[in-house]
Amino acid sequence: MLNHSRVRETIPEAPYPDTRCGLSERISEPVIQFQNVSKTYSRNLGRSFLRSYLAVWLRRVHADTFYALKNVSLTVGRGESLAVIGPNGAGKSTLLSLAAGISYPDQGTLSVRGRVIALLELGSGFHPDLTGAENIFLNASLLGLSRKKVLERFDEIVEFSGIGDFIDEPLRTYSTGMVVRLGFSVAVNVEPDILVIDEVLAVGDQDFQAKCMDRIRQFKQAGKTLVCVSHATGILEQLCDRALWLDQGETVMDGNAGEVIQAYTNSQIRLVHQ
Amino acid sequence: MRLDSYGFLLANLVLRDFRVRYRNMSLGIFWSLVNPLVMMATLTFIFTRIFPNNIVPDFAVFVLCALVPFNFYSLAAAIGTTSIVDNHPLVKRVKFPREIIPLASVLSNCLHFLIQIGLLIAFVLAFGYPVNRYWLWLPVVWGLEVIFVCGLTLATSALDVYIRDMRYLIESSNLVLFWLVPIFYPLSIIPQEYHLIYQLNPIAAVVLACRNILLEAKAPPTSLLIKLTAVSIFFSVLGFVIFAKLKRRFADLV
Repeated sequence: MLNHSRVRETIPEAPYPDTRCGLSERISEPVIQFQNVSKTYSRNLGRSFLRSYLAVWLRRVHADTFYALKNVSLTVGRGESLAVIGPNGAGKSTLLSLAAGISYPDQGTLSVRGRVIALLELGSGFHPDLTGAENIFLNASLLGLSRKKVLERFDEIVEFSGIGDFIDEPLRTYSTGMVVRLGFSVAVNVEPDILVIDEVLAVGDQDFQAKCMDRIRQFKQAGKTLVCVSHATGILEQLCDRALWLDQGETVMDGNAGEVIQAYTNSQIRLVHQ
Repeated sequence: MRLDSYGFLLANLVLRDFRVRYRNMSLGIFWSLVNPLVMMATLTFIFTRIFPNNIVPDFAVFVLCALVPFNFYSLAAAIGTTSIVDNHPLVKRVKFPREIIPLASVLSNCLHFLIQIGLLIAFVLAFGYPVNRYWLWLPVVWGLEVIFVCGLTLATSALDVYIRDMRYLIESSNLVLFWLVPIFYPLSIIPQEYHLIYQLNPIAAVVLACRNILLEAKAPPTSLLIKLTAVSIFFSVLGFVIFAKLKRRFADLV
């Protein structure tokens, strides 16, 4: 078993130590702030049918809730890049969807400043029967781009995706890699202040992956904020300065990316050996 | 996100809906015409040959005046009610005002509505009812119906996320409404004490107003228009309020 309490003791209370090399200034302006945030889900009301409500009401069954996030506090400053790691079911995706403003906390307060673009799944909102070009318009408008902006960036989006002549073919004729490339191209051309990425970096071929990583680095250099979830810790270490380790909805460790990822990896190895 | 990008998003979602719908139909728009024509033919056969009526002349066009607004309502309400749940990938992963989903769903059905209105106008003229100045009321009456349906589907689509049985409730109520809306009978045979119920039912009110305008060449009664306006606005406000109360947990439940 993981010894949470032991690890947690080693973490100083907020503000966490700024151990990034070469950056003398402390975190400037907070853009994402979680204060004692908890998010619960209901087990037996998960399926929303009348009978579930009746069961709770008639048999006085308690709606069984569990915490996807429990009392998490977190401050991310402008220009920071945060990796969120942890085993399955740790609450990583819940944290991202809260930060992206898609779902809301049950307890605690949450504030996010600036335009957030969440890549929780590339090509959300793509439709297989629409052409690549039609999907660019649909997807970009879902991400909040105006008609004028989409027209301005259309060529660049197509260019970056490398889809070529297929852009006027229906999406169902695309390979998985092509769909992912198109989704990423739209998203990076939206110019968010905060980019939230969930496990989508390990897709596409090597060339495209390198292109994406380049783009994300440029984005960081422009002083934008990045929050990433991935099991590919190698990529996270390259991209992020800071890491947050979650387990069962609670913060285990928060600090320098290299150290946290190392500690997490060690704990996973220990787990395997037991 | 500003207002113009909301409009752009709404337009794109509407475009998506009917591009997808028409690309998957070999006969495209033809299908929008088949349903009202078949229903009109069937009802006309029954009420001129099986149960012959002697109150309504030109039964075909009389019944079409009702089928067109009723079809729009029943289709838009059914598709709109499941729209949030059907678009669960968007709701779970993209942040945008959720109200746009049911609104886009209703508006994309307006294309069918327009095509069927074209059919209705063609029949009205073919049966020898001339254009009159009260036709100017038609866009108002149909517009109020669209507003009513938007409000209703805002409420039912939000409720459908919490209680999936909502769609069956709407389907059953459409079946009941087919009889309770004066589709194949005129208001004149309804006993006076029930008139108020008919006038307060916005779909029935739209049907009655359409017949006033197209077949009787007169303006719909002011009292009917006031009731239709009031009920439509009431439902759209109620729809937005219910939606706003329920939308916070959409991403958790769809």
